[in-house]
Amino acid sequence: MTEDEFAAYQSLSGETEDHRWAFGTGFTDPLEGIDTSVPDSVDAQALATYCLMLGDDALVYSHRLQQWMTRMPELEEETALANIALDLLGQARMLLARAGRAEGALLTGGNGPDEDELAYFRDEHEFRNVRLVEALDADFAELAGRLLVFSAWRLALFARLAESADPVLAAIAAKGVKELTYHRDYAAQWVIRLGDGTPLSHGKMQAALGTIWPLVDELFEADPVTAALPGVAADPAGLRGEVGAVLDAVFAAATLDRPGGAPMARVAGKSGRDGVHTEAFGYLLAELQSVARAHPGATW
Amino acid sequence: MTRAGDSWASAGEADLDAARAVAGAVPDPELPVVTVADLGILRDVAAEDGRLVVTITPTYSGCPALREIAHDLQYRLSQAGFAEVIVRTALAPAWSSDWITAEGRRKLRAAGLAPPNRAPKGPVPLTLGDRRGPVLCPRCGSGDTRQTAAFGGTACKALFRCEACREPFEYVKEI
Repeated sequence: MTEDEFAAYQSLSGETEDHRWAFGTGFTDPLEGIDTSVPDSVDAQALATYCLMLGDDALVYSHRLQQWMTRMPELEEETALANIALDLLGQARMLLARAGRAEGALLTGGNGPDEDELAYFRDEHEFRNVRLVEALDADFAELAGRLLVFSAWRLALFARLAESADPVLAAIAAKGVKELTYHRDYAAQWVIRLGDGTPLSHGKMQAALGTIWPLVDELFEADPVTAALPGVAADPAGLRGEVGAVLDAVFAAATLDRPGGAPMARVAGKSGRDGVHTEAFGYLLAELQSVARAHPGATW
Repeated sequence: MTRAGDSWASAGEADLDAARAVAGAVPDPELPVVTVADLGILRDVAAEDGRLVVTITPTYSGCPALREIAHDLQYRLSQAGFAEVIVRTALAPAWSSDWITAEGRRKLRAAGLAPPNRAPKGPVPLTLGDRRGPVLCPRCGSGDTRQTAAFGGTACKALFRCEACREPFEYVKEI
């Protein structure tokens, strides 16, 4: 049997789905063979929601970064961004799968929803991502600024989660730390190059930070899900000092000012973590989900 | 573990050694000059309830090569006569480029790829300059090299150029 015949046989026999692409059929399980039982001391429902929060941040931001493909100023930047988006998509897949399994632990004899069901078949209000990741960047400066803030924050968060009492979340975070270190360095170098560049690039970089800044405060807000997971989740407020110091160091090297201005208002007391999103998010989700919803269960 | 024309009970350790040799020889789909064993992706080959269980770990969270590797392991082991093969993923401890063997580093260099420097340990502070130290040109050995892009054609590589021999080359990133 040749390798191609072997692949065809496996696909037809359903033994593996390695050589099929599909929505909603679980073509590969990113947590296959990993013990995903939830430790007794951990609130499974809260853990499922927490993993959704972190997974949605990565899924939505990865999609936004993918929309930059073919629009980057140089091929090297195109490659860099594709790699960063792929790392985040990988993190999203594992976190959504972890959320589904933790959810399944509450049911009897079920695995819970898989990563595809969570990514493609939830509605806007069911997504738990922060609002920072939703907007389409107006220009390259905004891309660099948003990526710097996002990766500096997520790196600080994952460094803490590497010690989480949930071993699966700890493993995903420990892996992510290595990737996010590269993302943060990449973004920092661009923010410095633009900020400390020409008067035009400096002006655009400073303006971009002003656009992003109202969404930064939300990253450090307390939420009830995190509060219900002592030893498992990381307190967002505890990240503020470390992330602020990193951003200030970059801004100083870039001759940029840390923006002021009020945080974006919550809506009836709710924000991204509660499922309340900005206008841009609906359009993003429509694009992300339309094929899967038009052809549910399709394989090719 | 069943093997065509043989039984696990009588074959024993010899079979497991054979399985290790077959699994270890599978080339990496993205870096075919090295094997999954050279890269430290192959973590374990064991017998479990009569089945062969092969454990691999991803290099990067989104690495699309992982399912190709799993497929290649299934294929080669089945061709070698192992009827029931399970491929498992281990996430912890996270893969480090320090796990690339001396043999793997030699093969990378011979193929014109610079092997990774030592990976940083513990929390990584923000570095606005160079933190990795000199990367040696795999062609002429010069340390006078410059990074031209932090990310390359795959997640695991960066692009460099040698200022001495003027040749571009890829560097396997340290993580």
